[in-house]
Amino acid sequence: MSDQFLFATEVFINGLMAGVLYALVALGFVLIYKASGIFNYAQGVMALFAAMTLVGIMEGQVPFSHIINAIFGTEVHHFGWHVPALLAILLTVGVMVVFAWLVQRVVMRHLVGQEPIILFMATIGLAYFLEGFSDLMWGSEIKTLDIGLPQGGSFLIEDMTAGLGSDNFYGFFIDNLDIVATGIAVLLVMALVAFSQYTKQGRAMRAVADDHQAALSVGISLNFIWVMVWSVAGFVALVAGIVWGTKSGVQFSLSLIALKALPVLMLGGFTSIPGAIVGGLIIGVGEKLFEFAIGPMVGGATENWFAYVLALLFLVFRPQGLFGDKIIERV
Amino acid sequence: MLDASEGYTTEDGRKIGGVVMEMKNITLRFGGVVAIKDISFDIREGEIRAIIGPNGAGKSSMLNVISGFYIPSEGEVWFHGSKRPQMRPYEVARQGIARTFQNIALFEGMSVLDNVMTGRLTNMKSGLISQALWKGKAEAEEVANREIAEKIIDFLEIQHIRKTPVARLPYGLKKRVELARALAAEPKLLLLDEPMAGMNVEEKEDMSRFILDVNDEFGTTIALIEHDMGVVMDLSDRVVVMDYGKKIGDGTPDEVRNNQDVIDAYLGVAHD
Repeated sequence: MSDQFLFATEVFINGLMAGVLYALVALGFVLIYKASGIFNYAQGVMALFAAMTLVGIMEGQVPFSHIINAIFGTEVHHFGWHVPALLAILLTVGVMVVFAWLVQRVVMRHLVGQEPIILFMATIGLAYFLEGFSDLMWGSEIKTLDIGLPQGGSFLIEDMTAGLGSDNFYGFFIDNLDIVATGIAVLLVMALVAFSQYTKQGRAMRAVADDHQAALSVGISLNFIWVMVWSVAGFVALVAGIVWGTKSGVQFSLSLIALKALPVLMLGGFTSIPGAIVGGLIIGVGEKLFEFAIGPMVGGATENWFAYVLALLFLVFRPQGLFGDKIIERV
Repeated sequence: MLDASEGYTTEDGRKIGGVVMEMKNITLRFGGVVAIKDISFDIREGEIRAIIGPNGAGKSSMLNVISGFYIPSEGEVWFHGSKRPQMRPYEVARQGIARTFQNIALFEGMSVLDNVMTGRLTNMKSGLISQALWKGKAEAEEVANREIAEKIIDFLEIQHIRKTPVARLPYGLKKRVELARALAAEPKLLLLDEPMAGMNVEEKEDMSRFILDVNDEFGTTIALIEHDMGVVMDLSDRVVVMDYGKKIGDGTPDEVRNNQDVIDAYLGVAHD
């Protein structure tokens, strides 16, 4: 096999891995959109908030320590204990459920029956609020998140594949974290699909997304379903926050990964869980291969815009995305 | 007046049982508008009870009070011999009161079968995880629920469209799917809001037949709203007539037909 082909394969595999990470973020959007017709602008910030909360709990940080210190003149920052990762994750899930309940109670309940654009605006507000709130609660400095996920290149794969090419080829470089992230994403998707297709709550969720009145008439509590949906979205945000936070540190830019999810959604369709995955993979592979093949000719940095151009093309030719619900209209 | 404890026998010889639901002095106000004024009536087990009246008489409002979508300003709702506390619509549905809507409220994106299965939601008890894995109790439960759903689909003759997304169906079939979903809950009381609205003669005849068959086969208590007098008189055992939010008649179709107030409301009365 020629080296060029092997390099392209390596780029392809890395593209798949990156795609999985995009898909993780996109999933959170799809969930809320499916169940409530809301495009949740705050999904990225929720990932940031979840990651910050996880780090904060693990390191035993005192929440709101800046305010407490400013008001009482104290100097508290840490409780002085370390919480094991698993317990911290469970606690963070709890925090996200409380957050979901608050969102429903304070914001969404008052906007039942409003236009989608109004609900969208509400989530923009929510995003800014949550951004400030997480800074206030946990501080704004960059933190590292380490819950024991493996990091760095996989020597095993590198050694196994080194013999494939000539002496200039050193084997595939694949990040362990990406491999683990792929496994997590696969599990998460399987769980979500099983949940929404086979369980009573999943069926109720799809029903609520379709027609509020009809859902009420068959005995579904809208409030309960919405709290559930925001909780699940919070959980997905946590998973995305963990993976991205481990990769590039927990900091403000984490909330911007939401922007990368947009083209993924346009490709896969806003209403399809498998669509989010396939869309993520296409974007991931597409932008890496494009950078590899065309990048050098145009001076590189194509990764910054490739996904958006692809999304634009899709908007023109197939607005519902690859897997999105067809818009059926009887005339 | 009929006694609350014992029933009566209809003309065609069906036995009607005791009171299932009783509305006591219901008044419903929207701001200054009085939609329902001090109305009382009962619905008995196994009967087909109609609420009729000209447009704007408050029929749909009454149905919405029964199904919990509106909360009456005054008056009490009694269900199975006890006063019903203030409830949300989904809690009413869980009590065994299913309904259809005048303007059809179906899950347009789902197939007919899925729509009917949502009617079974309140009857599913197994845990989240076993449902997701399709193991143990959940599997048996899903199969049992599916059987009931299929039976109703057969009964209403919509087998051929089981897998069709509801959005693709014509109006008359949508009405039938909505009836199927309500029936799937095996309701103690079935509320039909203008089941014949917007249908042609043939579809109306089909729907009438289904309503009679449902009542006959499953013994379902049915309360329906309709403003097509002809249809109602053929279908129902007892009729409540409303006009401008007030009750102006209550009794068998024959009694109602000969009631002077009812004739005035429908044909108009000379003002002199």
